[in-house]
Amino acid sequence: MQRIDATGYMIAMQRFANPANFLKLATRLTPFAAAIAFILLAVGSYLALFVAPPDYQQGDTVRIMFVHVPAAWMTTFCFGVMAAASAVGLIWGHPVAYVAAKATAPVGAAFTVMALVTGALWGQPMWGTWWVWDARLTSVLIQLFIYLGYMALWNAIEDPVRGAKATAIFALVGAVNLPIIKFSVEWWNTLHQPASIARVEGPAIHSSILTPLLIMLAGFTVFYIWLLLVRMRQEILARRIRTLQLARTRKLQVGEAG
Amino acid sequence: MRNFLLIISRDLQLATRIGGGGAMTVGFFVIAATLYPLALGPDLNLLGRIAPGIIWVSALLACLLSLDRLFQADHEDGTLDLLLLDPLPLPLVILAKTFAHWLTTGLPLIVAAPVLALTLNLGTDGFATLLGTMLLGTPTLSLLGAVGAALTVGIRRGGMLLTLLVLPLYIPLLIFAVSAMDAALFGLGAAAQLLVLTALLLAAIALCPVAAAAALRLYVQN
Repeated sequence: MQRIDATGYMIAMQRFANPANFLKLATRLTPFAAAIAFILLAVGSYLALFVAPPDYQQGDTVRIMFVHVPAAWMTTFCFGVMAAASAVGLIWGHPVAYVAAKATAPVGAAFTVMALVTGALWGQPMWGTWWVWDARLTSVLIQLFIYLGYMALWNAIEDPVRGAKATAIFALVGAVNLPIIKFSVEWWNTLHQPASIARVEGPAIHSSILTPLLIMLAGFTVFYIWLLLVRMRQEILARRIRTLQLARTRKLQVGEAG
Repeated sequence: MRNFLLIISRDLQLATRIGGGGAMTVGFFVIAATLYPLALGPDLNLLGRIAPGIIWVSALLACLLSLDRLFQADHEDGTLDLLLLDPLPLPLVILAKTFAHWLTTGLPLIVAAPVLALTLNLGTDGFATLLGTMLLGTPTLSLLGAVGAALTVGIRRGGMLLTLLVLPLYIPLLIFAVSAMDAALFGLGAAAQLLVLTALLLAAIALCPVAAAAALRLYVQN
Protein backbone atom coordinates (compact mmCIF):
# COMPACT_ATOMS: atom_id res chain seq x y z
CA MET A 1 0.00 0.00 0.00
CA GLN A 2 2.83 2.32 0.92
CA ARG A 3 4.53 1.79 -2.44
CA ILE A 4 1.40 2.51 -4.45
CA ASP A 5 0.90 5.75 -2.56
CA ALA A 6 4.47 6.79 -3.23
CA THR A 7 4.29 6.13 -6.97
CA GLY A 8 0.90 7.79 -7.16
CA TYR A 9 2.36 10.85 -5.50
CA MET A 10 5.30 10.89 -7.90
CA ILE A 11 3.01 10.59 -10.89
CA ALA A 12 0.93 13.46 -9.57
CA MET A 13 4.07 15.57 -9.13
CA GLN A 14 5.20 14.79 -12.64
CA ARG A 15 1.80 15.78 -13.96
CA PHE A 16 1.72 19.05 -12.12
CA ALA A 17 5.29 19.97 -12.97
CA ASN A 18 5.36 20.07 -16.74
CA PRO A 19 1.69 20.29 -17.76
CA ALA A 20 1.31 23.44 -15.69
CA ASN A 21 3.66 25.27 -18.04
CA PHE A 22 1.92 23.74 -20.99
CA LEU A 23 -1.47 24.91 -19.69
CA LYS A 24 -0.25 28.50 -19.53
CA LEU A 25 1.08 28.35 -23.07
CA ALA A 26 -2.04 26.61 -24.39
CA THR A 27 -4.35 29.11 -22.76
CA ARG A 28 -2.48 31.92 -24.44
CA LEU A 29 -2.35 30.26 -27.88
CA THR A 30 -5.93 28.96 -28.07
CA PRO A 31 -7.68 32.22 -29.12
CA PHE A 32 -5.07 32.90 -31.82
CA ALA A 33 -5.41 29.41 -33.24
CA ALA A 34 -9.19 29.75 -33.23
CA ALA A 35 -9.03 33.13 -35.00
CA ILE A 36 -6.55 31.98 -37.66
CA ALA A 37 -8.52 28.77 -38.30
CA PHE A 38 -11.78 30.74 -38.62
CA ILE A 39 -10.29 33.30 -41.03
CA LEU A 40 -8.57 30.67 -43.19
CA LEU A 41 -11.67 28.49 -43.36
CA ALA A 42 -13.92 31.47 -44.11
CA VAL A 43 -11.67 32.79 -46.90
CA GLY A 44 -11.04 29.30 -48.23
CA SER A 45 -14.76 28.44 -48.29
CA TYR A 46 -15.61 31.68 -50.04
CA LEU A 47 -12.97 31.13 -52.71
CA ALA A 48 -13.92 27.48 -53.07
CA LEU A 49 -17.68 28.04 -53.32
CA PHE A 50 -17.90 31.31 -55.26
CA VAL A 51 -14.62 32.15 -56.96
CA ALA A 52 -13.24 28.80 -58.14
CA PRO A 53 -14.71 27.87 -61.54
CA PRO A 54 -16.87 24.73 -61.84
CA ASP A 55 -15.15 21.82 -63.56
CA TYR A 56 -15.97 21.43 -67.25
CA GLN A 57 -16.95 17.79 -66.70
CA GLN A 58 -18.01 17.56 -63.09
CA GLY A 59 -19.75 20.93 -62.74
CA ASP A 60 -20.21 22.18 -59.21
CA THR A 61 -19.68 18.70 -57.74
CA VAL A 62 -15.96 19.29 -57.95
CA ARG A 63 -16.28 21.68 -55.02
CA ILE A 64 -16.57 18.68 -52.70
CA MET A 65 -12.85 18.37 -53.31
CA PHE A 66 -12.19 21.46 -51.18
CA VAL A 67 -13.44 19.57 -48.13
CA HIS A 68 -12.53 16.06 -49.18
CA VAL A 69 -8.83 16.58 -49.93
CA PRO A 70 -8.05 18.50 -46.71
CA ALA A 71 -9.95 15.90 -44.67
CA ALA A 72 -7.99 13.10 -46.31
CA TRP A 73 -4.77 15.00 -45.64
CA MET A 74 -5.72 15.40 -41.96
CA THR A 75 -6.35 11.65 -41.74
CA THR A 76 -2.67 11.00 -42.40
CA PHE A 77 -1.40 14.08 -40.62
CA CYS A 78 -3.22 13.29 -37.36
CA PHE A 79 -1.91 9.75 -37.40
CA GLY A 80 1.60 11.07 -37.94
CA VAL A 81 1.20 13.44 -34.98
CA MET A 82 -0.18 10.59 -32.87
CA ALA A 83 2.72 8.28 -33.71
CA ALA A 84 5.33 11.00 -33.20
CA ALA A 85 3.80 12.07 -29.89
CA SER A 86 3.64 8.43 -28.79
CA ALA A 87 7.31 7.95 -29.63
CA VAL A 88 8.26 11.10 -27.70
CA GLY A 89 6.22 9.87 -24.76
CA LEU A 90 7.79 6.42 -24.73
CA ILE A 91 11.36 7.62 -25.26
CA TRP A 92 11.50 10.64 -22.94
CA GLY A 93 8.61 9.79 -20.64
CA HIS A 94 7.02 13.11 -21.55
CA PRO A 95 3.53 13.21 -20.00
CA VAL A 96 2.20 16.03 -22.21
CA ALA A 97 3.12 14.05 -25.35
CA TYR A 98 0.81 11.23 -24.26
CA VAL A 99 -1.95 13.76 -23.72
CA ALA A 100 -1.36 15.11 -27.24
CA ALA A 101 -1.59 11.62 -28.72
CA LYS A 102 -4.78 10.88 -26.81
CA ALA A 103 -6.35 14.21 -27.76
CA THR A 104 -5.49 13.72 -31.43
CA ALA A 105 -7.11 10.32 -31.92
CA PRO A 106 -10.82 11.29 -31.93
CA VAL A 107 -10.09 14.34 -34.09
CA GLY A 108 -8.18 12.19 -36.57
CA ALA A 109 -10.97 9.61 -36.58
CA ALA A 110 -13.53 12.37 -37.23
CA PHE A 111 -11.49 13.68 -40.16
CA THR A 112 -11.24 10.13 -41.50
CA VAL A 113 -15.01 9.72 -41.34
CA MET A 114 -15.34 13.11 -43.03
CA ALA A 115 -12.98 12.04 -45.83
CA LEU A 116 -14.94 8.81 -46.33
CA VAL A 117 -18.35 10.49 -46.27
CA THR A 118 -17.38 13.31 -48.63
CA GLY A 119 -15.70 10.69 -50.81
CA ALA A 120 -18.95 8.72 -50.97
CA LEU A 121 -20.95 11.88 -51.71
CA TRP A 122 -18.52 12.75 -54.47
CA GLY A 123 -18.36 9.21 -55.80
CA GLN A 124 -22.12 8.88 -56.14
CA PRO A 125 -22.56 11.41 -58.98
CA MET A 126 -19.10 10.76 -60.52
CA TRP A 127 -18.78 7.00 -60.46
CA GLY A 128 -22.48 6.19 -60.04
CA THR A 129 -21.93 4.38 -56.76
CA TRP A 130 -21.47 5.34 -53.14
CA TRP A 131 -18.59 3.02 -52.51
CA VAL A 132 -15.98 1.27 -54.62
CA TRP A 133 -13.30 -1.03 -53.29
CA ASP A 134 -10.67 1.28 -54.60
CA ALA A 135 -7.20 1.04 -53.07
CA ARG A 136 -7.33 4.50 -51.53
CA LEU A 137 -10.81 4.20 -50.09
CA THR A 138 -10.01 0.83 -48.64
CA SER A 139 -6.79 1.91 -46.98
CA VAL A 140 -8.49 4.97 -45.50
CA LEU A 141 -11.21 2.68 -44.13
CA ILE A 142 -8.55 0.46 -42.55
CA GLN A 143 -6.93 3.54 -41.06
CA LEU A 144 -10.27 4.37 -39.47
CA PHE A 145 -10.32 0.89 -37.91
CA ILE A 146 -6.87 1.52 -36.44
CA TYR A 147 -8.04 4.86 -35.00
CA LEU A 148 -11.02 3.11 -33.45
CA GLY A 149 -8.85 0.34 -32.02
CA TYR A 150 -6.54 2.94 -30.51
CA MET A 151 -9.44 4.75 -28.85
CA ALA A 152 -10.98 1.49 -27.65
CA LEU A 153 -7.68 0.54 -26.02
CA TRP A 154 -7.58 3.91 -24.23
CA ASN A 155 -11.09 3.34 -22.93
CA ALA A 156 -10.41 -0.22 -21.82
CA ILE A 157 -7.41 0.48 -19.59
CA GLU A 158 -8.40 2.14 -16.35
CA ASP A 159 -4.98 3.23 -15.15
CA PRO A 160 -4.10 6.33 -17.24
CA VAL A 161 -0.33 5.81 -16.96
CA ARG A 162 -0.47 2.26 -18.24
CA GLY A 163 -3.08 3.25 -20.80
CA ALA A 164 -0.84 6.00 -22.14
CA LYS A 165 2.07 3.61 -22.70
CA ALA A 166 -0.01 0.74 -24.06
CA THR A 167 -1.75 2.98 -26.59
CA ALA A 168 1.59 4.52 -27.52
CA ILE A 169 2.96 1.06 -28.34
CA PHE A 170 -0.14 0.33 -30.40
CA ALA A 171 0.19 3.66 -32.23
CA LEU A 172 3.79 2.82 -33.16
CA VAL A 173 2.85 -0.70 -34.25
CA GLY A 174 0.10 0.88 -36.36
CA ALA A 175 2.52 3.41 -37.82
CA VAL A 176 4.90 0.62 -38.88
CA ASN A 177 2.02 -1.35 -40.36
CA LEU A 178 0.21 1.42 -42.22
CA PRO A 179 2.69 1.60 -45.13
CA ILE A 180 2.60 -2.20 -45.42
CA ILE A 181 -1.20 -2.16 -45.39
CA LYS A 182 -1.25 0.60 -48.00
CA PHE A 183 1.18 -1.31 -50.20
CA SER A 184 -0.76 -4.56 -49.85
CA VAL A 185 -4.09 -2.88 -50.58
CA GLU A 186 -2.66 -1.34 -53.74
CA TRP A 187 -1.36 -4.75 -54.79
CA TRP A 188 -4.75 -6.31 -54.06
CA ASN A 189 -6.53 -3.62 -56.02
CA THR A 190 -4.44 -3.99 -59.16
CA LEU A 191 -4.96 -7.75 -59.11
CA HIS A 192 -8.63 -7.91 -58.29
CA GLN A 193 -9.94 -4.81 -59.97
CA PRO A 194 -8.55 -4.05 -63.39
CA ALA A 195 -9.17 -0.30 -63.81
CA SER A 196 -12.94 -0.24 -63.91
CA ILE A 197 -13.05 3.35 -62.77
CA ALA A 198 -11.73 6.03 -65.03
CA ARG A 199 -9.79 8.18 -62.61
CA VAL A 200 -10.30 11.83 -63.31
CA GLU A 201 -6.88 12.85 -64.51
CA GLY A 202 -7.43 16.45 -65.38
CA PRO A 203 -4.71 18.82 -66.57
CA ALA A 204 -2.37 20.31 -63.98
CA ILE A 205 -4.44 22.14 -61.39
CA HIS A 206 -5.10 25.75 -62.27
CA SER A 207 -4.24 28.39 -59.66
CA SER A 208 -7.93 29.40 -59.31
CA ILE A 209 -8.51 25.93 -57.83
CA LEU A 210 -5.11 25.38 -56.25
CA THR A 211 -5.17 28.58 -54.14
CA PRO A 212 -8.46 27.86 -52.34
CA LEU A 213 -7.37 24.25 -51.91
CA LEU A 214 -4.14 25.26 -50.23
CA ILE A 215 -5.98 27.79 -48.04
CA MET A 216 -8.44 25.08 -47.01
CA LEU A 217 -5.55 22.72 -46.25
CA ALA A 218 -3.95 25.34 -44.01
CA GLY A 219 -7.35 26.10 -42.46
CA PHE A 220 -8.00 22.44 -41.63
CA THR A 221 -4.53 22.11 -40.11
CA VAL A 222 -4.88 25.18 -37.88
CA PHE A 223 -8.40 24.10 -36.98
CA TYR A 224 -6.91 20.81 -35.81
CA ILE A 225 -4.27 22.65 -33.78
CA TRP A 226 -7.01 24.68 -32.11
CA LEU A 227 -9.01 21.54 -31.31
CA LEU A 228 -5.84 19.88 -30.05
CA LEU A 229 -5.10 22.75 -27.66
CA VAL A 230 -8.65 22.76 -26.34
CA ARG A 231 -8.74 18.99 -25.94
CA MET A 232 -5.33 18.84 -24.27
CA ARG A 233 -6.30 21.53 -21.78
CA GLN A 234 -9.51 19.72 -21.07
CA GLU A 235 -7.65 16.43 -20.59
CA ILE A 236 -5.04 17.92 -18.26
CA LEU A 237 -7.69 19.66 -16.18
CA ALA A 238 -9.76 16.47 -16.03
CA ARG A 239 -6.74 14.60 -14.70
CA ARG A 240 -6.13 17.28 -12.12
CA ILE A 241 -9.69 16.96 -10.92
CA ARG A 242 -9.27 13.20 -10.74
CA THR A 243 -6.06 13.53 -8.73
CA LEU A 244 -7.68 16.01 -6.36
CA GLN A 245 -10.70 13.78 -5.89
CA LEU A 246 -8.45 10.81 -5.15
CA ALA A 247 -6.50 12.88 -2.64
CA ARG A 248 -9.74 13.99 -0.97
CA THR A 249 -11.10 10.44 -0.75
CA ARG A 250 -7.82 9.29 0.74
CA LYS A 251 -7.95 12.09 3.32
CA LEU A 252 -11.49 11.16 4.26
CA GLN A 253 -10.49 7.51 4.63
CA VAL A 254 -7.54 8.47 6.83
CA GLY A 255 -9.86 10.67 8.90
CA GLU A 256 -12.32 7.79 9.44
CA ALA A 257 -9.54 5.40 10.36
CA GLY A 258 -8.03 7.89 12.84
CA MET B 1 18.41 -21.77 -24.75
CA ARG B 2 17.36 -24.31 -22.13
CA ASN B 3 14.79 -21.92 -20.74
CA PHE B 4 13.56 -21.19 -24.24
CA LEU B 5 12.89 -24.90 -24.84
CA LEU B 6 11.41 -25.33 -21.35
CA ILE B 7 8.85 -22.60 -21.97
CA ILE B 8 7.88 -24.23 -25.27
CA SER B 9 7.54 -27.68 -23.74
CA ARG B 10 5.57 -26.31 -20.79
CA ASP B 11 3.07 -24.59 -23.08
CA LEU B 12 2.80 -27.71 -25.24
CA GLN B 13 2.16 -29.88 -22.18
CA LEU B 14 -0.47 -27.46 -20.93
CA ALA B 15 -2.15 -27.46 -24.32
CA THR B 16 -2.23 -31.25 -24.58
CA ARG B 17 -3.22 -31.95 -20.96
CA ILE B 18 -5.86 -29.30 -20.52
CA GLY B 19 -6.92 -30.03 -24.05
CA GLY B 20 -8.87 -27.78 -26.27
CA GLY B 21 -5.97 -25.86 -27.83
CA GLY B 22 -5.34 -27.42 -31.22
CA ALA B 23 -8.48 -29.51 -31.58
CA MET B 24 -10.80 -26.60 -30.78
CA THR B 25 -9.01 -24.31 -33.20
CA VAL B 26 -9.27 -26.86 -35.99
CA GLY B 27 -12.92 -27.46 -35.10
CA PHE B 28 -13.65 -23.77 -35.36
CA PHE B 29 -11.66 -23.54 -38.61
CA VAL B 30 -13.65 -26.34 -40.24
CA ILE B 31 -17.04 -25.11 -39.04
CA ALA B 32 -16.34 -21.52 -40.09
CA ALA B 33 -15.24 -22.67 -43.55
CA THR B 34 -18.34 -24.87 -43.83
CA LEU B 35 -20.57 -21.86 -43.31
CA TYR B 36 -19.50 -20.38 -46.65
CA PRO B 37 -20.89 -23.13 -48.91
CA LEU B 38 -24.05 -23.12 -46.81
CA ALA B 39 -24.39 -19.37 -47.21
CA LEU B 40 -23.36 -19.12 -50.86
CA GLY B 41 -24.82 -22.29 -52.31
CA PRO B 42 -23.14 -25.56 -53.35
CA ASP B 43 -21.91 -24.34 -56.75
CA LEU B 44 -18.49 -26.00 -57.03
CA ASN B 45 -17.18 -23.57 -59.65
CA LEU B 46 -17.91 -20.59 -57.45
CA LEU B 47 -16.47 -22.32 -54.38
CA GLY B 48 -13.34 -23.30 -56.25
CA ARG B 49 -12.78 -19.71 -57.23
CA ILE B 50 -13.24 -18.28 -53.74
CA ALA B 51 -11.71 -21.21 -51.82
CA PRO B 52 -8.41 -19.39 -51.11
CA GLY B 53 -10.32 -16.54 -49.50
CA ILE B 54 -12.58 -18.85 -47.50
CA ILE B 55 -9.68 -20.89 -46.14
CA TRP B 56 -7.61 -17.87 -45.22
CA VAL B 57 -10.37 -15.86 -43.59
CA SER B 58 -11.37 -18.92 -41.55
CA ALA B 59 -7.76 -19.61 -40.53
CA LEU B 60 -7.31 -16.00 -39.52
CA LEU B 61 -10.40 -16.02 -37.33
CA ALA B 62 -9.49 -19.39 -35.81
CA CYS B 63 -6.06 -18.07 -34.86
CA LEU B 64 -7.57 -14.88 -33.49
CA LEU B 65 -9.93 -16.74 -31.17
CA SER B 66 -7.09 -18.68 -29.58
CA LEU B 67 -5.01 -15.55 -28.92
CA ASP B 68 -6.67 -14.18 -25.83
CA ARG B 69 -5.40 -17.15 -23.80
CA LEU B 70 -1.79 -16.58 -24.91
CA PHE B 71 -0.83 -14.44 -21.91
CA GLN B 72 -4.16 -14.23 -20.10
CA ALA B 73 -3.93 -17.71 -18.54
CA ASP B 74 -0.40 -17.00 -17.31
CA HIS B 75 -1.55 -13.67 -16.00
CA GLU B 76 -4.33 -15.27 -13.98
CA ASP B 77 -2.23 -17.95 -12.28
CA GLY B 78 0.79 -15.72 -11.71
CA THR B 79 3.15 -17.47 -14.12
CA LEU B 80 3.54 -14.25 -16.06
CA ASP B 81 5.30 -12.57 -13.13
CA LEU B 82 7.78 -15.44 -12.99
CA LEU B 83 8.34 -15.30 -16.73
CA LEU B 84 9.12 -11.61 -16.46
CA LEU B 85 11.76 -12.41 -13.83
CA ASP B 86 13.31 -15.10 -16.02
CA PRO B 87 16.99 -14.53 -16.90
CA LEU B 88 16.02 -15.11 -20.53
CA PRO B 89 15.35 -11.71 -22.19
CA LEU B 90 11.64 -11.01 -22.34
CA PRO B 91 11.41 -10.81 -26.16
CA LEU B 92 12.86 -14.34 -26.32
CA VAL B 93 10.36 -15.56 -23.70
CA ILE B 94 7.62 -14.14 -25.90
CA LEU B 95 9.15 -15.71 -28.99
CA ALA B 96 9.10 -19.08 -27.21
CA LYS B 97 5.50 -18.66 -26.14
CA THR B 98 4.50 -17.54 -29.61
CA PHE B 99 6.27 -20.52 -31.15
CA ALA B 100 4.38 -22.83 -28.80
CA HIS B 101 1.16 -21.05 -29.75
CA TRP B 102 1.94 -21.62 -33.41
CA LEU B 103 2.68 -25.32 -32.78
CA THR B 104 -0.70 -25.75 -31.09
CA THR B 105 -2.83 -23.61 -33.44
CA GLY B 106 -0.99 -22.79 -36.68
CA LEU B 107 0.32 -26.26 -37.33
CA PRO B 108 -3.04 -28.04 -36.87
CA LEU B 109 -4.56 -25.49 -39.23
CA ILE B 110 -1.94 -26.32 -41.85
CA VAL B 111 -2.77 -30.01 -41.51
CA ALA B 112 -6.50 -29.38 -41.78
CA ALA B 113 -6.33 -26.87 -44.63
CA PRO B 114 -5.75 -29.30 -47.54
CA VAL B 115 -8.74 -31.40 -46.48
CA LEU B 116 -10.91 -28.30 -46.42
CA ALA B 117 -9.46 -27.26 -49.76
CA LEU B 118 -10.59 -30.59 -51.24
CA THR B 119 -14.17 -30.08 -50.07
CA LEU B 120 -14.12 -26.54 -51.45
CA ASN B 121 -12.96 -27.73 -54.88
CA LEU B 122 -9.69 -25.83 -54.86
CA GLY B 123 -7.80 -26.45 -58.13
CA THR B 124 -4.98 -28.99 -57.87
CA ASP B 125 -2.46 -26.30 -58.84
CA GLY B 126 -3.29 -24.41 -55.68
CA PHE B 127 -2.42 -27.04 -53.08
CA ALA B 128 1.34 -26.53 -52.92
CA THR B 129 0.87 -22.78 -52.74
CA LEU B 130 -1.81 -23.21 -50.08
CA LEU B 131 0.65 -25.08 -47.90
CA GLY B 132 3.37 -22.54 -48.66
CA THR B 133 1.22 -19.55 -47.69
CA MET B 134 -0.01 -21.31 -44.55
CA LEU B 135 3.52 -22.26 -43.51
CA LEU B 136 4.78 -18.71 -44.02
CA GLY B 137 1.62 -16.91 -42.91
CA THR B 138 0.39 -18.64 -39.76
CA PRO B 139 3.55 -17.88 -37.71
CA THR B 140 3.08 -14.21 -38.60
CA LEU B 141 -0.52 -14.47 -37.39
CA SER B 142 0.74 -15.73 -34.02
CA LEU B 143 3.46 -13.08 -33.79
CA LEU B 144 1.20 -10.11 -34.62
CA GLY B 145 -1.41 -11.59 -32.33
CA ALA B 146 1.12 -11.75 -29.49
CA VAL B 147 1.43 -7.95 -29.63
CA GLY B 148 -2.33 -7.58 -29.35
CA ALA B 149 -2.52 -10.20 -26.60
CA ALA B 150 0.23 -8.46 -24.64
CA LEU B 151 -1.51 -5.09 -24.97
CA THR B 152 -4.83 -6.45 -23.72
CA VAL B 153 -3.55 -8.70 -20.95
CA GLY B 154 -5.30 -7.93 -17.68
CA ILE B 155 -8.16 -6.10 -19.38
CA ARG B 156 -11.55 -7.48 -18.53
CA ARG B 157 -13.24 -8.87 -21.63
CA GLY B 158 -10.16 -8.03 -23.65
CA GLY B 159 -11.02 -10.60 -26.34
CA MET B 160 -13.23 -8.27 -28.35
CA LEU B 161 -10.70 -5.46 -28.08
CA LEU B 162 -7.94 -7.84 -29.17
CA THR B 163 -9.93 -8.56 -32.32
CA LEU B 164 -10.34 -4.86 -33.05
CA LEU B 165 -6.62 -4.22 -32.57
CA VAL B 166 -5.22 -7.20 -34.44
CA LEU B 167 -7.54 -7.68 -37.43
CA PRO B 168 -6.42 -4.54 -39.32
CA LEU B 169 -2.82 -5.71 -38.91
CA TYR B 170 -3.73 -9.06 -40.49
CA ILE B 171 -4.94 -7.47 -43.73
CA PRO B 172 -1.59 -7.53 -45.61
CA LEU B 173 -1.14 -11.22 -44.81
CA LEU B 174 -4.61 -12.06 -46.04
CA ILE B 175 -4.09 -10.12 -49.24
CA PHE B 176 -0.74 -11.64 -50.15
CA ALA B 177 -1.70 -15.19 -49.16
CA VAL B 178 -4.91 -15.15 -51.21
CA SER B 179 -3.25 -13.42 -54.14
CA ALA B 180 -0.46 -16.03 -54.11
CA MET B 181 -3.03 -18.80 -54.40
CA ASP B 182 -4.98 -16.97 -57.08
CA ALA B 183 -1.78 -16.51 -59.06
CA ALA B 184 -0.97 -20.21 -58.73
CA LEU B 185 -4.49 -21.17 -59.82
CA PHE B 186 -4.22 -18.98 -62.91
CA GLY B 187 -0.91 -20.63 -63.76
CA LEU B 188 1.16 -17.55 -62.93
CA GLY B 189 4.02 -17.97 -60.53
CA ALA B 190 3.34 -17.16 -56.89
CA ALA B 191 7.00 -16.53 -56.09
CA ALA B 192 6.61 -12.77 -55.59
CA GLN B 193 3.78 -13.12 -53.09
CA LEU B 194 5.55 -15.91 -51.22
CA LEU B 195 8.64 -13.73 -50.98
CA VAL B 196 6.56 -10.88 -49.56
CA LEU B 197 5.04 -13.31 -47.04
CA THR B 198 8.55 -14.39 -46.08
CA ALA B 199 9.57 -10.77 -45.65
CA LEU B 200 6.54 -10.14 -43.44
CA LEU B 201 7.37 -13.21 -41.36
CA LEU B 202 11.00 -12.15 -40.87
CA ALA B 203 10.02 -8.60 -39.98
CA ALA B 204 7.44 -9.95 -37.53
CA ILE B 205 10.01 -12.23 -35.89
CA ALA B 206 12.33 -9.28 -35.44
CA LEU B 207 9.83 -6.65 -34.28
CA CYS B 208 6.76 -8.27 -32.71
CA PRO B 209 8.47 -9.86 -29.67
CA VAL B 210 10.05 -6.51 -28.80
CA ALA B 211 6.74 -4.66 -29.04
CA ALA B 212 4.95 -7.38 -27.06
CA ALA B 213 7.70 -7.28 -24.42
CA ALA B 214 7.29 -3.53 -24.03
CA ALA B 215 3.56 -4.04 -23.57
CA LEU B 216 3.98 -6.83 -21.02
CA ARG B 217 6.48 -4.82 -18.99
CA LEU B 218 3.85 -2.12 -18.54
CA TYR B 219 1.70 -4.62 -16.84
CA VAL B 220 4.32 -5.32 -14.10
CA GLN B 221 5.40 -1.74 -13.62
CA ASN B 222 2.01 -0.82 -12.31
